[in-house]
Parts: sequence; C-alpha cells; structure tokens
Amino acid sequence: MTQISRDDVQHLAQLSSLALDEDEIDSLQTDLGNILNYVEQLSELDTSGVEPTYQVSGLENVWRDDVVDDYGTSREALLALAPDSRDGQIKVPKVL
Amino acid sequence: MSKISDFIGKSARDNVTQAIAKAKENDHYHALLNLTEARALERADAVDRGEITGRLAGVPFVVKDNFLAYGAPTTAASKILENFNAPLQATAVEKLEAEGAICIGKANLDAFAHGGSTENSAFGPTLNAYDESRVAGGSSGGSAVVTALDIVPFALGSDTGGSIREPASFNGVVGVKPTYGTVSRYGVVAMASSTDVIGVFTTNVSDAELVMDIMSGRDPKDTTTLPDFFTPISSITPGRKIGLIKEFMTDDVDEEVLARTNEYIERLRSTGHTVEEVSLPIVHHTLAMYYIIVPAEVSSNLARYDGIRYGRRAENVSSLAELYGRSRDEGFMPENKRRIMIGSYVLSSGFFDAYYLQAQKARTLLVNELNTLFESYDMLIGPVVPTPAFKLGENTSDPIKMYLADIMTVPASLAGIPAISVPAGKTTAGLPVGIQIMGPRRSDAELLALARSMEAI
Repeated sequence: MTQISRDDVQHLAQLSSLALDEDEIDSLQTDLGNILNYVEQLSELDTSGVEPTYQVSGLENVWRDDVVDDYGTSREALLALAPDSRDGQIKVPKVL
Repeated sequence: MSKISDFIGKSARDNVTQAIAKAKENDHYHALLNLTEARALERADAVDRGEITGRLAGVPFVVKDNFLAYGAPTTAASKILENFNAPLQATAVEKLEAEGAICIGKANLDAFAHGGSTENSAFGPTLNAYDESRVAGGSSGGSAVVTALDIVPFALGSDTGGSIREPASFNGVVGVKPTYGTVSRYGVVAMASSTDVIGVFTTNVSDAELVMDIMSGRDPKDTTTLPDFFTPISSITPGRKIGLIKEFMTDDVDEEVLARTNEYIERLRSTGHTVEEVSLPIVHHTLAMYYIIVPAEVSSNLARYDGIRYGRRAENVSSLAELYGRSRDEGFMPENKRRIMIGSYVLSSGFFDAYYLQAQKARTLLVNELNTLFESYDMLIGPVVPTPAFKLGENTSDPIKMYLADIMTVPASLAGIPAISVPAGKTTAGLPVGIQIMGPRRSDAELLALARSMEAI
C-alpha cells in the first residue's frame, strides 16, 4: 500500500506548480493515495523482457524542411493574447 | 432524427437560424458554452450567395470547446482559458468549413476533457438528452447531447479513453473514435498525446462516414497523422468473423446492457456473420495502465498553462513562481489537479520504473493480445460502458468509481485501434444503450460499413 503524506502532496504540488490551499491538500492526500493504490495492481503483471510501447502511430521520424512557417498567425496576434505586454514583449513579475 | 442530407440545398441562413433557435430553446441542458452566431450567419449568407460551396454547404455543426475555432472563446470548459480567443482554427474545423459546413457553437466538456460525465466542466454539467436527472457522459458530453437533441446533424468530439464513445452510448447517437492518427489534432487542446483522437457524433452511420472522409488525412501541422486511408466502402463483406469479448459480459455489467448487447449479436448472426466468445484477459489491467500513462501525458501537456503567454493570470502576485502556482490553482478544476499530480508522481525519479515504464510495457502486452485476436477475427464487439447513464452527482465523490466507467473504452485508446459506438436500443426506463465495435488499425471504414448494414435490421 502506497502511503501519501501531506509532505508528499506538497512536494508534488511544487513539482506541478500548483499553489494549493489547505483543504485541497487534505482531499488530494486521500484521492492520490486511493488512485495510486488502484494502479499499483500493475505490478502483478510479468513484463520481463517486454519492450515498452510509447506510441501507436506506427510512424517513424517525420521530417519537414527547416523553413520558417507562420502557421497562419502573426507575432502581433499572439502577443495580443498575453495578459500583460509592453514594447513587443510579454511582461512578467520579477524573476529573482 | 435529422440527417446531413436534410440540410443540403436549403437556405443556409434558415438552417443556421433554426439550429440556433433550437439551441436556445434547449438551453437548460447546458450542452453549449457559447454560440458563434454572428460568424455563423455571415458564413451562411456567403453560402447562400454561392461564394462557399462543397459537400456540406450550409450544414450547421457544433465543435467541442477544446477545438480552436473563430467566433467565440475556446475555453476547454476551464477558468484558465475562459476568455481565450483562438488566433487560429483547428485543421478539422478548417476542412469542414472548406466544404461549406457552418459551426454554430462550442459544446460543453469536462475541463480539458478530464472526465466521463461532463460534471468536471468549470461552467456546470450537461444534462442527458433522455433523462435530465442523469449525466450526458463525457468528456464530449455537450457534443453528444446537441446531436441527440437534433440541434445539429453532427458534432465534433475528441476521445482519449472513451470521451466520444461513452457519451454517444448514453445519448443514443453514433460516435466514432478512429484509428490513432486518422484526423489532424492541430488546433485541438492536447490532453494525452499518445491516445488523443478526433472523431464525430452523428444520428446515423452514413453521416459519420461522410464527415470522417472529409476530416481524415495527413496534415503537415500534426506529424502524427497518417496518409489518408479512410474511404467509405459501399457494403460490408458477408460472413465477417466477430469476437465477443467475454470479460465485458460478466455479472458486474448492467443486465439490460447485457441484454441489448446479446440482441445485437443475434442480429449479426441472423445476417450471416459469425460471433464467437473470445478472451482478452489483459483488460483486467488496462484501466490501471490508462490512469498512469494518461496522467503522465496530462501533467506534461498542461504545463503550458502558466498565466504568462495567454489565459488567466492570477493578480497581486509578488514573484514569478507565485504567478505560476496561483494562476494554475485558480484556473484548473480538482480533476485536472489530481491528474497533473498523479502524472508528476509516476514520472518522478524513483517511481518512474515501477509505474510509468511498467504501464508502457503492459501496454505492449495489450497490443499483443489484440493482434493475436485479430489474426482470427475481423472485429471485436462488446458493450461501450457497463451501465446506462448514471445520475448526476452519483460518482463525483469517488474518482476511482468515475474511472471505472472507462473500463471498456480504454483498451482501444491505448492500442490506437478504431472503435465505434452505435445505438443498440434502450433500457425499459428509456435510457439509450450503445454497442462498441473495434477492429485492427485502419479498419475504420469496415467497422462503419458493418454498423451501417445493421441499422436497417
């Protein structure tokens, strides 16, 4: 049985960039524990010598020419989506 | 129920006006988050003037609100994208518009398509088309309900682990989850990139074939797309050999779901097809694989919502880290957070091998079991969901209980094979029940031809 502590939840929240409040931490501690206990049944399967399947497209190395493509949009249209911008740059709070 | 052909050759403005009026009359189902009325009417007039022509000229449709489309925000039913106006359109939408189809609105979903009931929408649930006390299913619940209510003849959805097939089953419409890579996902909000596919809801199989024919094909903007292989076939080869997955026919499944499935099988036999019981023992583990692999991909795909370049940004923050954390906490729903954090857990060093790598190896076992069955059987069949539509609120307190509704739909998603949900009658209480037909990769046209041949029987 996987035990998920409050500290584990807080660590996962930090890894996930989620500023959780106290109530959320409590309910996630229960839910994450239950979900992990459910998925743990996979350890029963013998997978020795089995290769993983990361993708199912059957495709390999799809190439394209190394040329600029604006994908039908523009720098201005994309900048206009930013919550805050100035002089053609996206504005953010102090980093350090 | 109406068909696409009912809208062809009519006034496009009338088609659109009537669809929008019907959408407004049925507002209490909460199937649509936004209408794209102004743009739809402009396009309708262009069709009526003969400026836009094509196989779907003047036909109204709806897209799930995780498709980028003009005319209304693309919210993914989340607060973080509540006011996001797409700077481009999804390739699937562009292809339909090029044939003259007219998008009239954006359908409700579980936020970021995480869920099986549409109850995880940040803007409230969609009600079932047949019983307003029950769920629409999900995550493409709104798209299924607008089709079932006859507001539009077709609606687009996305299916990552059953998000088209389950609501199709719950609302008595056709739902198509094609082979992985059939339709471009460019311009659709990504959930789990190794299983996400685009598909359609319709009232009949022929319409699904037409829409899939238009949407399928390679798109340089989505390198996972396959060269166009999908062409509808006129009739199904007689005497198909079909395997009934016995693990999906146990006492745990609702009696009436079993009864409708068995009746459909008898109809298949009466038309000369062979149906035999087969075993797919790995299905006891596929849900566990799914709820490791998908959260892992979700945690990665949803990292981009950071409040910086677009979407909701938290106010009164003093640092960049606080901006990320608060914007994401305010913008995501509880189920989004659960999946992101499970994903972070299973990808962490120390746990990666036991969870993520083990799940991807187990996925190989699933693919191998399916391939073995497809050596002897043309198709596989079974129910779509173990139950008819459940009550609103019935499963919301227990994530695992909600996840269990996906048990029959996730195998096709993890293996990338096509699977369709077609109506198979109703329960005595009048709730629709669907049947699921699966086939080897790229057998989409055959599955649809079989389902079409059964509509009249």
